[in-house]
Amino acid sequence: MKRRSFIKTTAVAGAAATTAPAIWSAAKAQARNETLLLITESPPNSMDIQGVGTNRPSYEVSWNTYDRLITYGVKKDANGNDHYDYRKLEPELATDWNVTPTSATFKLRKGAKFHDGTPITAKDVKWSFDRAVSVGGFPTFQMKAGSLEKPEQFVAVDDNTFRIDFLRVDKLTMPDIGVPVPVIMNSGLCKKHATEKDPWALEWLKNNLAAGGAYKIERWQPGQEVVFMRNDDWKNGPLPKIKRVIRRIIPSAGNRRALLERGDADISFDLPPKDFAELAKSPKLTVIGTAIENAMIYLGMNVNQKPFDNVKVRQAVAWALPYQQIMDSVMFGRALPLFGGADNLSKGTYWPQKDGYRTDIPKAKALMAAAGYPDGFETTLSFDLGMASTNEPLTILVQESLKQIGIKATINKIPGANWRGELLKKSLPMIANAFGGWLNYPEYFFFWCYHGQNAVFNTMGYKNPKMDALIDKARFTTGAEYDALVKGFIDIAFEEVPRVPIFQPLLDVAMQKNITGYRYWFHRQLDYRQLVKS
Amino acid sequence: MLNLLLSRLATAIPSIVGVVVVTFMLTRLLPGDPAAYFAGLAASPQAIAEIRHNLGLDKSLPEQFVAYVGDLLHGNLGNSLSTGQPVVAEIATRLPASAELTLFALIVAVAIAIPLGVLAAVKQGTWIDHLCRVVTTAGVSLPVFFTGLLFAYVFYYLLQWAPAPTGRIDVFLSPPTHITGFYLIDSALTGNLEAFWGALRQLALPAISMAIFSLAPLARMTRGSMLAVLGSDFIRTARASGLSPRTVIFTYAFRNAVLPVITTLGMVFSFLLGANVLVETVFAWPGIGLYAVNALITSDYAPVQGFVLTMAILYVALNLTIDFVYGLVDPRVRLDS
Repeated sequence: MKRRSFIKTTAVAGAAATTAPAIWSAAKAQARNETLLLITESPPNSMDIQGVGTNRPSYEVSWNTYDRLITYGVKKDANGNDHYDYRKLEPELATDWNVTPTSATFKLRKGAKFHDGTPITAKDVKWSFDRAVSVGGFPTFQMKAGSLEKPEQFVAVDDNTFRIDFLRVDKLTMPDIGVPVPVIMNSGLCKKHATEKDPWALEWLKNNLAAGGAYKIERWQPGQEVVFMRNDDWKNGPLPKIKRVIRRIIPSAGNRRALLERGDADISFDLPPKDFAELAKSPKLTVIGTAIENAMIYLGMNVNQKPFDNVKVRQAVAWALPYQQIMDSVMFGRALPLFGGADNLSKGTYWPQKDGYRTDIPKAKALMAAAGYPDGFETTLSFDLGMASTNEPLTILVQESLKQIGIKATINKIPGANWRGELLKKSLPMIANAFGGWLNYPEYFFFWCYHGQNAVFNTMGYKNPKMDALIDKARFTTGAEYDALVKGFIDIAFEEVPRVPIFQPLLDVAMQKNITGYRYWFHRQLDYRQLVKS
Repeated sequence: MLNLLLSRLATAIPSIVGVVVVTFMLTRLLPGDPAAYFAGLAASPQAIAEIRHNLGLDKSLPEQFVAYVGDLLHGNLGNSLSTGQPVVAEIATRLPASAELTLFALIVAVAIAIPLGVLAAVKQGTWIDHLCRVVTTAGVSLPVFFTGLLFAYVFYYLLQWAPAPTGRIDVFLSPPTHITGFYLIDSALTGNLEAFWGALRQLALPAISMAIFSLAPLARMTRGSMLAVLGSDFIRTARASGLSPRTVIFTYAFRNAVLPVITTLGMVFSFLLGANVLVETVFAWPGIGLYAVNALITSDYAPVQGFVLTMAILYVALNLTIDFVYGLVDPRVRLDS
């Protein structure tokens, strides 16, 4: 033990800390002006959106570095902020397209190149679409949602023309080509890294880009940060204004807020609702909250178990939830209410919408008595610990409120890793949960959440042949007939309440005042390409 | 000395084998289904089954174990599912981050704790003894994450003395060229002053919060052990022989009192290395503790096993080092072996 050397080294270090001057290079100030610093909670785990177990932050990486054939237009939302427009498809790699009842033919942009300089041809597009429908798992599943199922559907007519042959008329086919999954990959580069066991180069693409999109990756430190650099040769849209983007992980929510407030970070999504509510009042930052389309936080009841098999019990619960309290003290107003409408009839073909329930304890008690449970019963109320910041206070309020009508609910916290497994079993009596769909169509939501096919998201195990018929028909119709079908299944959902809608969440984002051009996207990740830093 | 080392190494092998078996069994017996977790939002049961097959989770436990040990022997700890990277590579980049932070914190702690402990023992019952008591009690009563948050709030948010808590180096600086993985050493070796200063500034707050916590055991141990030695016969003899107080305290007393302090130091070091998850979270430090906890939350087996195994090997290595240092400090240990 060399005590002296210890003391000597610390003394030197201490002196350095107090006397060394700040050494800033001029380049650093310059870099700060041209760089966007995005701080967030979770890191991407892959660069390949079609890989196994690719997480949501990876969608963001993929969205900004790869091109798709087409993208969505933009509109202003009610608050005057930019919002993608799901009705308007716009060119990205494809400059125009011609849709017939049996196929769609795309003309590809001339002069578009991948990051390595290879021209993008229809062969690359075909290879990429083949890959998306062949690798299995989530990407293949998402493609199927738009009736894109077999490689034979995709034809490279010539270098600049690509055709998709339809299996059936499906109004989701074209919108599905604009979602993050069908990215255009550099097939020549990928094939070099493909092996016999791994024909789609899944291993290699996990850590490498074969892209031609607006940004390249300068540095990726897994779990810590991704640094993006603008692709100055990008042709498939207006050249982005921001040269560099640093996406850095800051695990503590308190520090993310501190960094924003001190002006050291430019933009962040991941803050608790209370912080967003407070920051929205501060003049220093811009806070934009956009209602997440086709999404809700709800209370689900297992209709295949007593006592929730009784519709009167479910209605009693729906009349007993402390809706306004949840809005005020859990969400701090950062959500849209889905309760307190005039009645339980649908008000249009939009979803989600308000039902007619509100907190009315006497009415709930009467329903409990009519159902044969005047003294209530005992049950459990479960939630995913991964969503504890909202669902823990929410379930506590629900527990308190249900006590008033005699239902003694024990709260059951389930760790994130087990949650999906528990949902698959469909044995939890009562849960608080969230669901959101990418494609903004009510029948898409209902197909996952209420249809008797009993997908994992139909967490209530709800089966009603009448509703199934309405949903199935709505998927392939339009016009007045479609409107009647949608209203039909919404009315059933409200009357039978296997799930009680509580609120529609907002996608909140806080940014510095000098950041403009933020656009809401259905995939809820940040699109760097439209942002401006002045 | 060599014999001692070899015999120690031999006793370490069964513990490492035990750790391999236990970590394998534990991660399998815990509830949670990684296949369901990683299948993503819109997974069908078929998709989950496919992933389970890809991950080899549909095989029997003994088969999985044999595959695991086979990989281990090839130095392959598997891939992390949540970051998508090989566990070996991840641990190799994250261990230096934790080690740099912990070592720096320990150096700060030792620099304060040992003089404080020695002084408190020599001047027992005076104000400095009381100061030692107050400092150590306060240090051990304040959890690290609390001091960390408090420091970040006061020194970054309010006073702006400290840099933003964004990790090992300022966001707009590039990390120094990789040599040892310790940013301070690497930047000093390459003469990159900007990176050195940036890394040092980032290191200061988390290291001080950890140092405050580890002060207590070190100072108390130094004081106690010094008191025992100062009361012994040979010190009385040395004093009676008219040796200067300086020689008595440092050459005779301290050298004899330092053995238990070294043991404590080793324990504090290994404890800090694994248990500084909270500091790593507060200061966005890309260390090994944060990595292990994130993996545990997502039922990501490979990193958890890799982490436990690394820590076990580290403990063994640390104990060997301590034995070795014992020998240097105290000739009796050498003779015994």
